[in-house]
Amino acid sequence: MDIDVHKVAMLSRIRLTDDEAAHLGPQLSNILGYIEQLSEVDTEGVAPTAHPHDVAMPQRADVVTNANRRDALQKPAPKTQSGLYVVPKVIE
Amino acid sequence: MPFSSLTDLKSRLDAGQTTAVEIAQRYLDRIDAHNGELNAFVDMDHKHILDQAKASDAHRAKHEARPLEGLPIAVKDIFCTQDGPTTCCSNILKGFHAPYDAHVITRLKNAGAILVGKTNMDEFAMGSSTETSAFGSCRNPWDTERIPGGSSGGSASAVAGGLVPAALGTDTGGSIRQPAAVCGITGLKPTYGRVSRRGIIAFASSLDQAGPMTRTVRDTAMISAILCGHDSGDSTSVVDAPEIDWLAACDAVDMKGLRIGKPKEYFVDGMDAGVRASVEAALEKCVELGAEIVDISLPHTKYAVAAYYVIAPSEASANLSRYDGVRFGQRCDNPEDLLDMYTRSRDDGFGAEVKRRILTGTFALSSGYYDAYYLKAQQVRTLIRQDFLDAFEQVDIIATPTSPIPAFKIGEKTDNPITMYLSDIFTIALNLAGLPGMSQPCGFVDDLPVGLQWIAPAWREDALLSAASAYEGATDWTTKYPAAFSGNKAGGES
Repeated sequence: MDIDVHKVAMLSRIRLTDDEAAHLGPQLSNILGYIEQLSEVDTEGVAPTAHPHDVAMPQRADVVTNANRRDALQKPAPKTQSGLYVVPKVIE
Repeated sequence: MPFSSLTDLKSRLDAGQTTAVEIAQRYLDRIDAHNGELNAFVDMDHKHILDQAKASDAHRAKHEARPLEGLPIAVKDIFCTQDGPTTCCSNILKGFHAPYDAHVITRLKNAGAILVGKTNMDEFAMGSSTETSAFGSCRNPWDTERIPGGSSGGSASAVAGGLVPAALGTDTGGSIRQPAAVCGITGLKPTYGRVSRRGIIAFASSLDQAGPMTRTVRDTAMISAILCGHDSGDSTSVVDAPEIDWLAACDAVDMKGLRIGKPKEYFVDGMDAGVRASVEAALEKCVELGAEIVDISLPHTKYAVAAYYVIAPSEASANLSRYDGVRFGQRCDNPEDLLDMYTRSRDDGFGAEVKRRILTGTFALSSGYYDAYYLKAQQVRTLIRQDFLDAFEQVDIIATPTSPIPAFKIGEKTDNPITMYLSDIFTIALNLAGLPGMSQPCGFVDDLPVGLQWIAPAWREDALLSAASAYEGATDWTTKYPAAFSGNKAGGES
C-alpha cells in the first residue's frame, strides 16, 4: 500500500526529516501490508470490542476531591507565567 | 542473598535475623557492582532508598509489620513517582518529575515496601527487547550479548541478575510475560481492570495492565495482593471484581482433576524446537501431577498480532498527543510558531519506534480508513475473545509457550519491525481478550531460559497461581540463577 507519509506525519504533528520519511514510509507500508490480512476475517454482524469486560463504567459521587495544586502541576511545564502556560503567539 | 525470594527475606525480617537497612544495602552493593553491565536501572537514589529502609525498620520497631515491610521492589520507569524522575525512557520526558505517585506506587508504599529506583524499558513500552530505550539497551544476565525481552526488560534483568528481589512491570501485549520468560523469572499480567492504571504513563488504554515480576510464584501473589483493588480515580478499574485469596492459591501441590487446554495454534512450525520441547516436557510433568491435557483450538489466534498492531498504535497515537511541549516534557528550541513547536518538539523527542506506532495509529484512525482498520480490528478482537470463552467451556486453564524463541541477540531484529512484533505472537491475544496470564520458567535452550505461559478465565488469577505453584514445587527451575552474576561478595547461595 502506498501512503503519503508526510501527510500522516502532519496529522500526527510530527515533523519528519526527509531521511526519516524515506526510512519510515516503506516500513509503514510493510506494517499496513501485514495488517491487511484482517480483511480475510468474516466480521459480518460482529460487534466491536472496546472494553474487554461487559461491565458498566463506574460513577463516583459528584464531590470535589482535588485540592488546588496548580503550582505543583505546572512545575513540569517548559514555560509558565502567572499560572498560565506560555506558548508562541497564536493570533497576530 | 541476591537470589533470595521475597518470601525468604520477609521471614528473615520477621524473625529479626536481618533489617530493612541491611537488605537494602546489600542490594545497592549488587546494583553498584553489576548495573554497568546490565543497564537495568536508569535512576537510583541510594540515600533515598536507605532512608526508606530506616523508616521501615523504625515502623517495625513500633508497630506491626505491614505486608511488604522492608522488602525492596524496583519499578519500571513508566510508573509516576514523586521521588525522582519519571521518563518512560523517552527523550521527550527527559527531566520530568511527576507531581503525584501512581496509585499502585501509593499501595506499595502503604504496604511498607522499599522502592528501589526506576528500571529500563522500551520507550513508552513500545518494543519487545528494551532496545528502544533513550538510555540505551538493557542486557540479559544469562547472556549479556542478548536482549532481556521487553518492554519491561529492565525489571526482568534486575530480578534475574539478583540486583533486586522483585519488580513491577506493565503488560500491553506481553511486556511482563515475555521478558520474564527470556530472563527465567516469574511474571503475572492480571485481568484487565484488576489494577489501577492511574499514574501509569498510558500506552494503549484498553490493554495496559501492571503486574509483578519475581523469582517465585508466591512472591508474585504477595505483591499482587497489594496491587489489586478498585481505585475510584481510574474509570477502567473494575468496582466489583471477584476477590480471590492470592496466597492460599499458592498452597497447591498437585493438579488433580485440572483440565489444561493445549491450543494447537501455539505449537506451530517456525517456533524454536527447544522451546517447544521444554513446554511439551512441562505439560508431561503436569500430567504426572494429575492434570489432563485437552487439545483445543483458538482459531483466530493468527490474526491477533495484526489486530493488536491496529488497536495498540491507534490508542497510542491518541495517548501520546499530550506530548506537545506545552504542559510537560521537552519543548524544541526557539519555536517559530505553535505548529513548529508541536512538530519539532515531537520529532526531536520521540524515537523511531514510537514514531512508527504513532504514524500507524494516526493512519488507521484517519478519515476514510477508520472502518477498514480500527473498526475491523475491534471486531476481530471480539472473535479472539470469543475463542477463549469457548475454550474455557472445555478446560480450566490454558498452557502455551510464552515466547516462540529464547532471548535473541541485541541488534538482531532492529531493522525489521514485523519480525520484532512477531516475538509477542503468543502473548498478545490474551491482552486483547482482557484475560490474566502468567509466565514461569520451565527449562533452558542452550543455557537460555524458556517460559511456560498460563492463561485463565477473567478474574481467575488464583487458577494461574495454583497451577504455577504445583509446577514450581515439582521442578527446580526457579532455583537457577545466572552463574556470571553469582559472584560478588554477597553471592553464592540462592
